[in-house]
Amino acid sequence: MATTVARPETLVGKRIKRKEDPRLITGTATYVDDIQMPGMHHASILRSPHAAAILKSINIRPALETAGVVAVFTGADVKDVGPVPCGASLPGLRVPHHHILAQDRVYFAGHPVAVVVSTDRYIARDAADRIEVEYDVKAAVADPEKALEKGAPAVHPQWPDNIAFTFHQENGEVDKVFAEAAVVVKQRITSQRLIPCAMETRGVVADYKTGEKALTIYSSTQIPHLMRSLVAGMLGMPEHKLRVVAPEVGGGFGSKLNVYAEEALMGFVSMRIGKPVKWIESRREGFLATIHGRGHADYFEIAAGKDGTILGLTLKLIQDLGAYHQLLTPAIPTLSVLMMPGLYRFKNIRADIVGVFTNCTPTDAYRGAGRPEATHGIERMVDMLAAEMKMDPAEIRLKNFIRPEEFPYATATGLSYDSGEYDKPLKKALDLVNYGRLREDQKRARAEGRLMGIGLSTYGEICAFGPSPATPAGGWESATVRVEPSGKVTVHTGASPHGQGEETTFAQIAADEMGVDLDDVIVLHGDTAIVQYGIGTFGSRATAVGGTALYFALQDLKVKIKKYGAMLLDSSDVSYSAGRCICNKTGKSVTLAEISGASYRAMRLPPNTEPGLMATHFWEPPNFTFPFGAHIVVTEIDKETGAVEIKRYVAVDDCGKIINPLIVAGQVHGGVVQGIGQALYENAVYDDNGQLLTGEFMDYAIPKASMLPRIEEDHTETPSPVNPLGVKGVGEAGTIGCSPAVVNSVVDALSPLGVKHLDMPLSPEKIWRVLTGGKA
Amino acid sequence: MIPQNFEYATPNSLAEAFKLLGESNAKALAGGMSLIPLMKLRLAAPDKLIDLRNVPGLNSIREEGGMLRIGALVTHYELESSPLVRSRCPLLAEAASQIGDIQVRNMGTIGGSVAHADPAADYPASLHALEAQVKLAKAGGERTLAIGSFLQDTFTTALDAGELVVEISVPVEAAGTGVSYQKCVQPASGFAIVGVAARIRKSGGRIALARVGVTGLSGKPFRAANVERLLEGAAGSAGDISKAAAVVADGVDANNDLHASADYRKHLARVYTARALAAAARKAG
Ligand SMILES: Cc1cc2nc3c(=O)[nH]c(=O)nc-3n(C[C@H](O)[C@H](O)[C@H](O)COP(=O)(O)OP(=O)(O)OC[C@H]3O[C@@H](n4cnc5c(N)ncnc54)[C@H](O)[C@@H]3O)c2cc1C
Repeated sequence: MATTVARPETLVGKRIKRKEDPRLITGTATYVDDIQMPGMHHASILRSPHAAAILKSINIRPALETAGVVAVFTGADVKDVGPVPCGASLPGLRVPHHHILAQDRVYFAGHPVAVVVSTDRYIARDAADRIEVEYDVKAAVADPEKALEKGAPAVHPQWPDNIAFTFHQENGEVDKVFAEAAVVVKQRITSQRLIPCAMETRGVVADYKTGEKALTIYSSTQIPHLMRSLVAGMLGMPEHKLRVVAPEVGGGFGSKLNVYAEEALMGFVSMRIGKPVKWIESRREGFLATIHGRGHADYFEIAAGKDGTILGLTLKLIQDLGAYHQLLTPAIPTLSVLMMPGLYRFKNIRADIVGVFTNCTPTDAYRGAGRPEATHGIERMVDMLAAEMKMDPAEIRLKNFIRPEEFPYATATGLSYDSGEYDKPLKKALDLVNYGRLREDQKRARAEGRLMGIGLSTYGEICAFGPSPATPAGGWESATVRVEPSGKVTVHTGASPHGQGEETTFAQIAADEMGVDLDDVIVLHGDTAIVQYGIGTFGSRATAVGGTALYFALQDLKVKIKKYGAMLLDSSDVSYSAGRCICNKTGKSVTLAEISGASYRAMRLPPNTEPGLMATHFWEPPNFTFPFGAHIVVTEIDKETGAVEIKRYVAVDDCGKIINPLIVAGQVHGGVVQGIGQALYENAVYDDNGQLLTGEFMDYAIPKASMLPRIEEDHTETPSPVNPLGVKGVGEAGTIGCSPAVVNSVVDALSPLGVKHLDMPLSPEKIWRVLTGGKA
Repeated sequence: MIPQNFEYATPNSLAEAFKLLGESNAKALAGGMSLIPLMKLRLAAPDKLIDLRNVPGLNSIREEGGMLRIGALVTHYELESSPLVRSRCPLLAEAASQIGDIQVRNMGTIGGSVAHADPAADYPASLHALEAQVKLAKAGGERTLAIGSFLQDTFTTALDAGELVVEISVPVEAAGTGVSYQKCVQPASGFAIVGVAARIRKSGGRIALARVGVTGLSGKPFRAANVERLLEGAAGSAGDISKAAAVVADGVDANNDLHASADYRKHLARVYTARALAAAARKAG
């Protein structure tokens, strides 16, 4: 029997560099645009320059006559292709029929009108310019509150009020507590429209094999399996004849948690021409054709007793939907409502959502998806309440937190918070910044005439989407573990990671359970022909749900491994650890490789046991998980220019059990950066005609490294009882906790001037206008 | 982001370059940091690109007759890091170091920048403050223009068709001159919302020379002679500086865009002028 030295420690919990990084850093990964195929054609999409217009005529002849052009398709060609799907259902939801190419009307600038197919990418692009389209331009509306005004242009003429849906949720005795409250604070708070800007734009290669009547679509997507089911339906194709591959995906942030017109369109084109076809979204196209995020105007009212106890919160939420529903568009603001109570104990809430069509790019899930907006609102309201009551913002939070002994905690919005010790990260963060001394520093700064601010946010979020009844397409996740004959381990996860690092964290989990080295495990994902059905990566779910599926598959497999071990050791009392099966009586052992070899060779089989070592588990989570944390931001404002400098950024996050601190740090950093982007820089600006004015990186400011502070990051670890790993989720935490902390800090800095609230982004000019008393 | 078809040529001499540039719709290519993005956006569609990188004699930096003579193809990075430029004309090195990012500075050239005449480019502020000369050449011969006559308007210069910028000359800075370039960065593009370059020389406790160049504020970078006049002869106190800086935007038709309204830009111009002057005065000792 072999005598390899057992690996002494667990890998879970260790700071391990990501297995996927070398190929990403050295440029050797394969993204959609790296795919080359014999006979591959190229597509270029002509898009409407107008936000609202009737398509009077399209003359494709000049494009078709261009040498090298193989085909041109317009709306008429694809009218029988099924609509771009909306997976969200709400009572009374108005769903416009979303054709993959415009029919008789365009509804937003960027609306696809025609597709040109050529043997050459450049020729396709040139020929697209030669298509002659006659537009009858109509009045457009880009601002959701203007769209609600009487007489506003109708985005979809059949619904003149521009209202796609309304949604109401209420709990407790709202009117009573507001009537009796000692203090009521009201504020309109916006979360501006943002553009996700994944580093890799979208792209699709579709490859229809006429002989096999089978289509393969390679797409930069977060949800290959869902996309397969939905696109098969759109194309009227049997699902098993469609394979979807998500190769390397260069970031998504929710923008690729979708099924887009172009995915079905390329499938359609490839089936028509009988050749593979590639479409790569240009960056400019991406600004218009990939979903945007946020887009809220929120009217909050908060009520409190005279000791600062929060009694209730109301919200009227106006959601800018854009021109169409993409996959989850109308569902996103409902997540804001779910998380309205934040970390606080009050039970009286009332929320009303109005979902409004505008002649703009559709909005949908963008990192945090509804929760940043909710957290921004509640954390701003709590700060305003504290200011009104002359309480310290930390004190008012500590007073109102749900207490540790109250978990599981039933919220006013119908959720059951799993676990939490909300004062822990806050107290840790306060210690880290030395809060008492910091306030002294601030007093001194103010005496010197400097504008220094201290802002904090204590956020809660909802992760691990989710129990299937609460998710449109099922909320479980799947995993297969296969021990190869040599003892190497292959994992298939139905989650489709795209930068989050699950090739490493899942390998850590599998390596620990199987007792093998990290490099003995490979994690495969993102190909419907290889991986059993899965849901995907979004909503900070991959580890909490997909990792748990993996954990259970590993347990199933261990049972089988032990059966083989018992047989080989001729023992009825065996245990499995550190990569070997041990007879508890004799101490003799066999390695995993020996067991695996025996299972595939199958000379002998344990009773009622099949050959081979493979297990698949589909795990249905009983609940969401609810991470939380506290961020503290110190700012100073340049009194001459209004520019905000972040002097310190402290993030203490509790994402449950940490599998890999390095990856968690990366997720927190990335999230915080996007939060700072929203708080200080980013803004998707449309003019009154529905033209996107910030349609490229020359005008849309995502933060660069030189514009960012050092992020001091720390943790508390409160395990989730929802899954055996105790993990919660961390993909979106940074974004959710960040923006209110930054804005609270800036408002705190400006509070001596009587400032109570400012909307994002906090541009220097906006602050300068405040500093000059609006007189400048 | 796919440009239209174009041809590409790499001449090995100026004479050859001029000949190629004489062809219809040909355009010079230097670092490509402005031209290529415009082509990708299809805002420019030359039939032929004449890449200047193999043309000899355009990428040297020489000190000659009290002047620094900088070839048009000298990159931003070379200007930022050249010991000669750093010691003889620190203002230009400082301005170059604030352009874009390291990749852009490695590719982009001073000749390309001035020929492009972006109203928010960094160099023009310094070139105005330095009273730089721009040497142009074409098949027929050469001419030299002051920077103020060369830069005519937004994206518009005195260049004739087929003419190239070959050299930019700036004076070697006299001892005791303090210089500074202060830039308010547009957060998306990295260009200047406003950028102000200042040179101050003192003599006998008074400001003997004040030069101020401004970029980004309006459609055309300019030399702020009104600010200079208020400073020359003054002691250079904080009060003198703020009084002088206060007039920098007077009568200027300021740009107004998403990133800064006209009145905020004017305000920023005053603030950054004061900062540049104060820093320059400090260094002047
Ligand atoms: C991401 C990014 C950020 C940037 N940030 C900044 C910034 O912060 N500040 C700033 O000032 N600039 C910035 N730039 C612009 C950069 O400085 C460019 O390098 C410069 O504007 C053009 O120089 P070039 O050598 O690249 O010229 P090219 O792009 O090659 O040419 C520009 C134009 O000049 C013409 N041309 C070039 N050379 C000559 C010549 N010798 N004679 C006649 N005509 C010529 C070309 O025909 C073309 O019309 C940025 C650019 C990028 C891409």
